[in-house]
Amino acid sequence: MILGRRCGTALLGAIVAVAALSVAHAAEPPLKVGLLEDVSGDLAFMGMPKLHGSQLAVEEINKSGGILGRRIELIHLDPQGDNARYQEFGRRLLNRDKVDVLIGGITSASREALRPIVDRTTTPYFYTNQYEGGVCDANMISMGAVPEQQFSTLIPWMVEKFGKKVYVIAADYNFGQISAEWNRKIMKDLGGEVVGEEFIPLGVSQFAQTIQNIQKAKPDWLLTINVGAAQDSFFEQAAAANLNLPMGSSIKIMLGFEHKRFKPPALNNMHATANWFEEIDTPEANDFKKRWHAKFPDELYINDMGYNAYNALYMYKALVEKAKSTKLEDLRKVIATGAACIDAPEGKVCIDPKSQHTSHRMRLISVGLKHEVTVEKDYGTIQPYWLGEIGCDLTKKNDKDQYTPSHLPSKS
Amino acid sequence: MSAELFSLFYQFADVFAFLILSAAGLAIVFGMMGVINMAHGEFIMCGAYVTVGLVNLGVPLPIAQILAAVTAGLIGVVVEFLIVRRFYKRPLDSLLATWGLSLIVTQSMLLIVGSAVRGIGTPEGSFAIGEYTFSTYRLVLFGCAVAVLIGLYIIFMKTRFGVIARATMQNAAMAKALGARTGRIYVVSFGIGTGLAGLCGALYAPTMTLIPTMGATFVVESFVTVVIGGANVLLGTAPAAVFLAMIRMTLNASYGQIIGQIGMLFAVILVIRVLPEGLSSVLVRRGR
Repeated sequence: MILGRRCGTALLGAIVAVAALSVAHAAEPPLKVGLLEDVSGDLAFMGMPKLHGSQLAVEEINKSGGILGRRIELIHLDPQGDNARYQEFGRRLLNRDKVDVLIGGITSASREALRPIVDRTTTPYFYTNQYEGGVCDANMISMGAVPEQQFSTLIPWMVEKFGKKVYVIAADYNFGQISAEWNRKIMKDLGGEVVGEEFIPLGVSQFAQTIQNIQKAKPDWLLTINVGAAQDSFFEQAAAANLNLPMGSSIKIMLGFEHKRFKPPALNNMHATANWFEEIDTPEANDFKKRWHAKFPDELYINDMGYNAYNALYMYKALVEKAKSTKLEDLRKVIATGAACIDAPEGKVCIDPKSQHTSHRMRLISVGLKHEVTVEKDYGTIQPYWLGEIGCDLTKKNDKDQYTPSHLPSKS
Repeated sequence: MSAELFSLFYQFADVFAFLILSAAGLAIVFGMMGVINMAHGEFIMCGAYVTVGLVNLGVPLPIAQILAAVTAGLIGVVVEFLIVRRFYKRPLDSLLATWGLSLIVTQSMLLIVGSAVRGIGTPEGSFAIGEYTFSTYRLVLFGCAVAVLIGLYIIFMKTRFGVIARATMQNAAMAKALGARTGRIYVVSFGIGTGLAGLCGALYAPTMTLIPTMGATFVVESFVTVVIGGANVLLGTAPAAVFLAMIRMTLNASYGQIIGQIGMLFAVILVIRVLPEGLSSVLVRRGR
């Protein structure tokens, strides 16, 4: 009886406390986070974990008191993989909803569609995917890995292990084209040879011809940077034709979890480097996976973009708390000091002041016959150094361009 | 050399099978009946999902594929009864109605089944000729495409149903006056058309990634084939597929997939410009 009354008192106290807290929160307007992620359309299977990662981070941050005492309000819109809709929704979030920060975008095409719109505002924009690199933009903070972290680790490893002749199948838009350019550059430095490059329009799903072209060119290994569900049909068709070549990629396994979606052995002998795979087995990673699966038990795979999307909110929290402001210029002052770091599930990651890209702990993984994944190599933390080396310095100059090995900043 | 020749034949057979299988159902629904079925891709998707679902339940693949085609056909009958029959005299409205249906079906699948389904793997293995290896299943697809054409020929040219169906398509009022149950003919024809779409999805399911929007990859090819084929399913679709497959195969082989796609669409523009009624109009005239 006494116990019951005590419980009741405690409960009442808790209610009062929660009510008081929410009154306190109501006094401070919430921080508005605009989120653009595809959860329908061709890329939905990759975009869904991105939404989930953001929701998990928002829930955790709100539970622990928000950012500077302010709750986060997540406004998610689904652009359905349509770049025009990315622009429309981007404008809506920035101009009408007046979000404090914009996060999202999946393909490089969608990011490039959004950037000019964000650049006309003073709102920070977090791009959470790995990509072909090179964007030097004062409004953009990139959370994903870039070529000097992915290709500079993967390609030398593939060449050493399998040989100097590579055949590239790539999606025919900026991501595929620029990634192929990176591959040409790195292969040339290594004394290797690109025996074939095939650029495939998005939506193409039949690959008999491509498979024959590959066999004619006789490469030692394949670089697969094909994008989207339709183009992924390549793996099944190549396996059925017994193509049997080693494959390397900067986007397979960790983004589209092809090893979970295709029946073994379609993804056998695939190798990839990334800062995150769900298979990474460290205490921090396991704790993160446990929290994720508790909230989203049906998730097929926690992919790299979803993981980066989760980190993006914590990075934003760290920036705002250090700057004691949500203004872009104040956040950039924090970044310029080099102190913009968080303890992510992969380890400590920091934003590089010159390029506003993120350092990452990179690992190379291989997929086996039964689609079992083994971590082959741990490269430790790699800085996103390339943009800084070629002359992008956002601490000194507000650039808005994207650079590639063949398009470098003018020396002035 | 023989390896090169076989490779060419294989490429041709591959594109031909894709065009015929994706277009056969539409050739009946759009080519003959005049219903602009924008949900054609969704019937294909339905066939693929039913196949994969049944295989995961332990049903052998060929039986699952037949059941999937039947399921798509039955759903087609229901759709005809509920929606399509209101639009036989309003082809442009049929476009809107079926497009709406396609959007609803795609989104519902996304909500119910999720964004990605685990594949089932391609059966049959592979064989090698010279330096090339080929997937045997692709030749099975070619065989199925030929079988579908023969089957359609028999149904529409050799059976009583076929005669009445063709009469109904040409002049429904006259056919009805002569005692044909045109309503039933329409239902059955629509069912055959969507069943063939389901068959297409069932046959390609083991070779593709399954997502709710997968039907879209078939739709352009199928409409293109039917449009340049013209109104006569048998004399139109098959020659159109041969013609397009030749163009696509040659351009793919020499200049890559992008040029292959552009070239095919360019050829379509030319054919429609020269022969507005499609290839079958010429063949039918020659035949007389």
